[in-house]
Amino acid sequence: MFDDFIIRAFVAGIGLALITGPLGCFIIWRRLSYFGDTIAHSALLGVVIAYAMNFNLIIAVFAVSCFIALSLLFLQKRTNLPDDALLGLLAHSVLAIGLVLLGILSFIRIDLMGLLFGDILSVNITDVLFVWVGGSIVLIVLILIWRPLFAATVNLELAKAEGLNADLANAIFTILIASVIAISIKIVGILLITGLLIIPAAASRNLSSTPIQMAIISSVIGLVSVVLGLQTSMIWNSPTGPTILAITLGVFILSLIPLKKLLISKKKIELSN
Amino acid sequence: MNNSLVELNNCGVFRNQKWLVRGVSLKVSQGEIVTLIGPNGSGKSTTAKMSLDILKPDEGTNTIKKDIRISYVPQKISIDWSLPLRSIDFVNLVTKHKTSEINDALGITGIQHLINEDVRNLSGGEFQRLLMARAIAKEPHFLVLDEPVQGVDYSGEIALYKTIQEIVKKINCGILLISHNLHVVMSQTDYVICLNGHVCCSGIPSSVIKDQEYIKLFGSNIDPTLSLYKHNHDHHHLPDGSIKGADKNK
Repeated sequence: MFDDFIIRAFVAGIGLALITGPLGCFIIWRRLSYFGDTIAHSALLGVVIAYAMNFNLIIAVFAVSCFIALSLLFLQKRTNLPDDALLGLLAHSVLAIGLVLLGILSFIRIDLMGLLFGDILSVNITDVLFVWVGGSIVLIVLILIWRPLFAATVNLELAKAEGLNADLANAIFTILIASVIAISIKIVGILLITGLLIIPAAASRNLSSTPIQMAIISSVIGLVSVVLGLQTSMIWNSPTGPTILAITLGVFILSLIPLKKLLISKKKIELSN
Repeated sequence: MNNSLVELNNCGVFRNQKWLVRGVSLKVSQGEIVTLIGPNGSGKSTTAKMSLDILKPDEGTNTIKKDIRISYVPQKISIDWSLPLRSIDFVNLVTKHKTSEINDALGITGIQHLINEDVRNLSGGEFQRLLMARAIAKEPHFLVLDEPVQGVDYSGEIALYKTIQEIVKKINCGILLISHNLHVVMSQTDYVICLNGHVCCSGIPSSVIKDQEYIKLFGSNIDPTLSLYKHNHDHHHLPDGSIKGADKNK
């Protein structure tokens, strides 16, 4: 059944959407959206290394992403610069190094469009396995560190004072983001992955009243967007990754309609009558 | 004497080329309330953080009894809009509780009706009570309250102190209470430490009701939950916080 590239695309996309949902919520709660971008930018270096050394793409990107994340933690401790300045510094310098290497190693031919925007229709069986096995590990680890990570998100000092290992949870979370970005490179590309992390979570925020609700709804929105996006892209023959993101934006706009308020005000009118 | 929950021994924190606080020793035992008072920037919160081991002292030692439950009510917490969080989720933040335990804790602080309310809809006073409810739901052995009465009016302050008394009676924990009020402390306080970069003085509070000066000032209709603390300083601070006469160059 996995012979069909359409089915592989659906399976990989759905798997990715399920992971990006809860992870995206944490990215929004912790104001880390620019961090996701930084990791994604630096992925180019990983791709160049993978091609130069004939190495697995996902693992190379994952290694570079982890290195960047650790550098950020190091710089945060060593300098007094604000986080966004450090992220900008890392994102663009590493992107530049990637481009320099790409220029020097002239034998490498990279499909730049595919790298930037992904090509979900070209995923092979290994990629699908990476999404589902890697994704399951990411989800299980996230569930295991949920309480310390969430408490540290609300208030770091409180979590530490009451005996939770907040620093460890934060470090693990950083690695989880790096893994998801590595997994998703082939599917949505480095320019769009932050969108897939953030937009479903943002739409979900408008619809939920508890943290866990927000994480689950976010996954569902991602899943619906992937399915609709894939079908739409086949009908219109549009690029798949961008189509999926456009659908998530549509869901976000729909989520702005204040359904609860409308229902409540209707009830009030009924009561007053 | 090994019933102490937390002990600071001659502790100091050194940041950005100066000592935030130095030479602090204190001890909190089970069922005991220790109140830290001092002006802004005197190192009260820093001291509290050392007692919680969030900050490691650069000098001296901080010892926390092993395997005790600790609750912390920080000076301020801001909840980001992006976080959908109800009171009940906030109480369950660090430890998951039974619904009955949550109801009890919210009941003690008088906000049981707000259990499913989004925390960002709570008023300042209600949120302060939620912080307290979360802290006591854990039934801690050691409770740190960093300025729990800030922004609360006089009657609210008395109500809050009464709540703290109730908590001590119910769960018999040790409490480290921080207050910026230099002269009036909670009557139940066993020991007062006045900080200003170092321990200025310390002692046992005297009862407000018996103090003639206070009665002259405020009348005899004073609530018994409050006490006066009489400072006993043997030194003066210069405007930069250093001690007059301690450094020969000044």
